[in-house]
Amino acid sequence: MAYYQNIFTEVQVRSTIPELGVPVDVDRRWGKPFHSYLFGLFGNAQVGPIYIGYLGALSAVCFLIAFEIVGLNMLASVNWDPVQFVRQLPWLALEPPRPQYGLKILPPLQEGGWWLIAGFFLTASILLWWVRLYRRARALGLGTHVPWAFASAIWLYLVLGFIRPILMGSWSEAVPFGIFPHLDWTAAFSLRYGNLFYNPFHMLSIVFLYGSTLLFAMHGATILAVSRFGGEREIDQIVDRGTATERAALFWRWTMGFNATMESIHRWAWWFAVLTTLTGGIGILLTGTVVDNWYLWAVKHGVAPSYPQVYAPIVDPLTAPGVVP
Amino acid sequence: MKTFFTVLGASIAFFLTIAMFGTSGWVRPPLQTTQNGFRGTGMDQIHTRAGVAAAKDANLAPAPADPAEPGEELAGATYENVQVLKNVSVNEFNRLMTSMTEWVSPEQGCTYCHNTENMADDSLYQKKVARRMLQMTQAINTNWKEKHVGGTGVTCFTCHRGQPVPANIWFTNPGPNHTSGFVPRNNGQNMASPSVGLSSLPYDTLTEYLADKNIDNNAIRVNATTALPTTKGKPIQDAEKTYGLMIHMSEGLGVNCTFCHNTRAISNWSQSTPQRTTAWHGIRMVRDLNGNYLEPLTSTFPAARLGVLGDAPKVNCTTCHNGQSKPLNGAQVIEPYPALAKSTEVAGAAETAPAAEPAPTAPAPTPVPAPQ
Repeated sequence: MAYYQNIFTEVQVRSTIPELGVPVDVDRRWGKPFHSYLFGLFGNAQVGPIYIGYLGALSAVCFLIAFEIVGLNMLASVNWDPVQFVRQLPWLALEPPRPQYGLKILPPLQEGGWWLIAGFFLTASILLWWVRLYRRARALGLGTHVPWAFASAIWLYLVLGFIRPILMGSWSEAVPFGIFPHLDWTAAFSLRYGNLFYNPFHMLSIVFLYGSTLLFAMHGATILAVSRFGGEREIDQIVDRGTATERAALFWRWTMGFNATMESIHRWAWWFAVLTTLTGGIGILLTGTVVDNWYLWAVKHGVAPSYPQVYAPIVDPLTAPGVVP
Repeated sequence: MKTFFTVLGASIAFFLTIAMFGTSGWVRPPLQTTQNGFRGTGMDQIHTRAGVAAAKDANLAPAPADPAEPGEELAGATYENVQVLKNVSVNEFNRLMTSMTEWVSPEQGCTYCHNTENMADDSLYQKKVARRMLQMTQAINTNWKEKHVGGTGVTCFTCHRGQPVPANIWFTNPGPNHTSGFVPRNNGQNMASPSVGLSSLPYDTLTEYLADKNIDNNAIRVNATTALPTTKGKPIQDAEKTYGLMIHMSEGLGVNCTFCHNTRAISNWSQSTPQRTTAWHGIRMVRDLNGNYLEPLTSTFPAARLGVLGDAPKVNCTTCHNGQSKPLNGAQVIEPYPALAKSTEVAGAAETAPAAEPAPTAPAPTPVPAPQ
């Protein structure tokens, strides 16, 4: 039983006939299934067949178009030099239009027009993928928990790149496509709006984000720990509790006086994950539109504490009397 | 298969571990922290003992030359074509010239600026530049004494450090010069520029904020002054530019943000340290020096000394500070050189050597000494 303590999955099931799952009405799957030892370390050893469908194909094409537009713009910005492209890749970006273009639908291509086109295709790709997720879940007779969780992430994406820029009246408020540039943008965004840490929805988002990782670790560890008693059949044990469930429940009740159930832990995890981006999106949406300086907002509402003065009052030199700057 | 992946995985993990130790710029403990704000606010400067010692050794101020013999003769009356230092005594004048050679052109000697056949000859551009630089040094030590340089003052060595061209000068960065058909606008950023700490922040923020002496005093400020929006605020792109300038200041002074700011409210003056006021005036000083002393020399410099766009070499915070919050370890450098302490173009001005006045009165006792 020691294999449950390994960091990799030690049990690789390799069926002689590929598993094709339950029969569904429309079943157009592509590819000849095969087994992979490497994939088996992380998940199921069987790879394929995959369902593509027109939604999947369309989504992939849209993603490829967006990816190519961003990549080629980055390549153009290093004068089509492949060596420099690789060397500078983390710094390169496709920037949104400048503020003077406002919400113009298609500014000149090199002035952010490509950014809008790439954004359109990326958004189309993501939304098509969402529809695909929803339809596949329905086709298999599943609940739609996965598509709705994905929708929450899409909400944050749309707020950042679409909804908030429209409310602010300028595409220039949106995020650039680029590795370091989008991180610098994030830091500058917080600096511009007086410290995002004082945004209560940002606070909530962080709570749910960190909470998600904590719950994930607690749950994963609990299930692995009781696997030797059949704990991996957690869904069965929602209604038919066995010794694994009882030991897991007792462990947490002993250590913190309260425990989730085999069902509720999954709801906790789902809501924490979903609320991370849901509250995050609300926080971004309010920034600049209805709150211009989160620190001052927090002072106004008694959130930010005041500290004793260490120095004699420091005055803004522009407002200090008698100063000619 | 299994053995292969085991070996592959183990070797990748091994090399990544080695690479992490070798390339990440680790700083070996112990680290020293200096608190410069109320406890709990994270206002600390973090150093290593070795780092501080290395910076100290790299920024030693030279010993001043022996005092000149007193003398009544004035340089302007004795020598020809003395324009800036004409009311300095001959002895003091020659002492200063010797020191300037040591500070600026120790290897090239007098001939770096002078035609030794005729010392009064202005044919070398270096001499014309040096004359203007003397005026600049005098201006820094008088006009900016209270606001920025304090009693320590500056000499040629503060920037030059034994080199004819100071190590930390800058030119306008025109960005990539691409000739291909389609060139996307890069917003003036995304280039890993050293002036912004190799971030992807705007790379020419120095030109925007330090080269223009007539710039709006609010240009750097991007934060709203009210909790809720009242007017259309500045775009995020402006915040990125300001951020880039602040990175330059941080790198140039070898300090982090909290040396001046309480980072929970970056723009809030009442929670800032006194150093922020000094730095604020420092920005104005740099604009003054670039706009009034260096840019007018554009036509004096030969083309080889100019930037890509034909602009004069300019100064920024690093030019003097060179990675320290107080240049040259805060050494008092101006007292032994009264001729550099104020304008000597008007008779009698140099007679009264300025006493070493205390630094501009810091508003209060401070946990760390105010930079001067």
